[in-house]
Amino acid sequence: MKRPRALLAVVVPPLVVGLVFLSLWELLIRWRDVQPYVMVKPSAVWSALVDNVGPIRDAAFVTGGNAVAGLVLGTLLGVVLAVVASAVRPLGDLINPLATAVNAVPIVVVVAVLTRMYEADSETPRRIMAMLVVFFVVFVNVLRGLRETNATQLELMKSYAASPLQQFRTVRLPNAMPYLFTGIRVAAPLAVITAVVAEYFGGKKNGLGSGITSFLSTAKKDVGLAYVAGASALGVACFAAAAILEFVAVPWQRRRSSR
Amino acid sequence: MSEQQPAVHAADLEKVFNIGRPTQVEALVGVTLDVQPGEFVSLIGPSGCGKSTLLRLIADLLEPTAGELAVNGKSARQARLDQDYGMAFQQSGLFDWRSVAKNIELPLELKGWDKAKRRARSKEMLELVRLGDRGSSMPWQLSGGQQQRIAIARALAAHPPLLLMDEPFGALDEMTREHMQSELLRICSETHTTVVFVTHSIPEAVYLSDRVVVMSPGPGRITQIIDVRLGDQRDDDTREATEFYQKITEVREALRGSELGAAARGIEDR
Repeated sequence: MKRPRALLAVVVPPLVVGLVFLSLWELLIRWRDVQPYVMVKPSAVWSALVDNVGPIRDAAFVTGGNAVAGLVLGTLLGVVLAVVASAVRPLGDLINPLATAVNAVPIVVVVAVLTRMYEADSETPRRIMAMLVVFFVVFVNVLRGLRETNATQLELMKSYAASPLQQFRTVRLPNAMPYLFTGIRVAAPLAVITAVVAEYFGGKKNGLGSGITSFLSTAKKDVGLAYVAGASALGVACFAAAAILEFVAVPWQRRRSSR
Repeated sequence: MSEQQPAVHAADLEKVFNIGRPTQVEALVGVTLDVQPGEFVSLIGPSGCGKSTLLRLIADLLEPTAGELAVNGKSARQARLDQDYGMAFQQSGLFDWRSVAKNIELPLELKGWDKAKRRARSKEMLELVRLGDRGSSMPWQLSGGQQQRIAIARALAAHPPLLLMDEPFGALDEMTREHMQSELLRICSETHTTVVFVTHSIPEAVYLSDRVVVMSPGPGRITQIIDVRLGDQRDDDTREATEFYQKITEVREALRGSELGAAARGIEDR
């Protein structure tokens, strides 16, 4: 456990740098008298954020809900397919390139296709998008965890005359756990970004992404940027939740990463 | 099972890797060796002499290409299935996600022992390796020497008659290593366990063993078997005794004597 002072040393420097950056931005706009339709002052964004806190929060729940749904479904799919791919070699050789191919498809194209497949007010295409992005990250990580087992531990299991199922349960699966949670931690902010971007391509105008597009294209750039700030906060919150989950679920990894 | 039956019996044992391919290697040829119950036998030799391969053949982690091999009077495979031996490696191979006690209990768990019986045994083993109070610790909270002791406790948890060890103290510092050697002798005499021990340290082999099997590479084979038997009461004084040094010299000369002078490369002289 970190002592409060050590925690301060971690938290304070980035805060200071961030504040300095925002101040410079504010000062530059005031000094050069930049017009609001070119660039907005951070103070204006702040007041827009305060004024619109209700709608932004509601939008964040919609987008966050899509991101979390995608995160859960994508994680399940990734874990299941990784287990299948590691258990049956030929299937693994088949799934791996296919997963890579799916990941290589530009996300916007898929969104455009999916939005046309579902009704206009459906959240499903957005969730599917988030799911696909999460799936790949989780799949790749978990598969690696399942495959990269310690040679000594495998020899030990053989010496114990362990069945393949016992070996899977006692060695491969626990070994893959840290990889799974690393995958989730990486995928969580990605899920948010995907859920936000997916809203750019039609559907109900109820999330952070639709807020960003509609306000940035009007004179209310400060409100648009306030929505962007909301999206960032949502991404950070998802990341933090995933990091806490990792901390709790795989305590032995804590020790490894702090070494 | 008669008392006279060797713990390990090998005759003309041979192991060839990658048969028929350009990378074919004769890892072991003509290995004949009997290990008696209760005996401590070390396998020593430079890299590539097949000492680890021989250990893995006995453990049935590898299958011999030719020759005879019996462990506890059974086929090596049957001995493995019956868990007639325990094994410890240079890496402790402890499972990070299991407590120390649960690591020791793993072989018993796989054998289907019930929980109370497992608990009792892991407690007994923790006492044996003198880490009685560390059962609920996690492996990463232990020092390297302690982890290795847990690995030994785990190897002996099912009370196997035979212990197979592959350079178990190779990664430890010298002081810890000597301490672990004394501990191992104590544990083996308390449990009457037969040991086959792979090492590349001459003093380690001499200190621990009843017999030292000297091996040489290209192809891997046994060149000499040296009787050591420094007595049952080995302690720190033994390490300074003239007899100890004489045996070290004898083993070293056997290693050098194996026709390739260069074969002794990779042997630690400490």
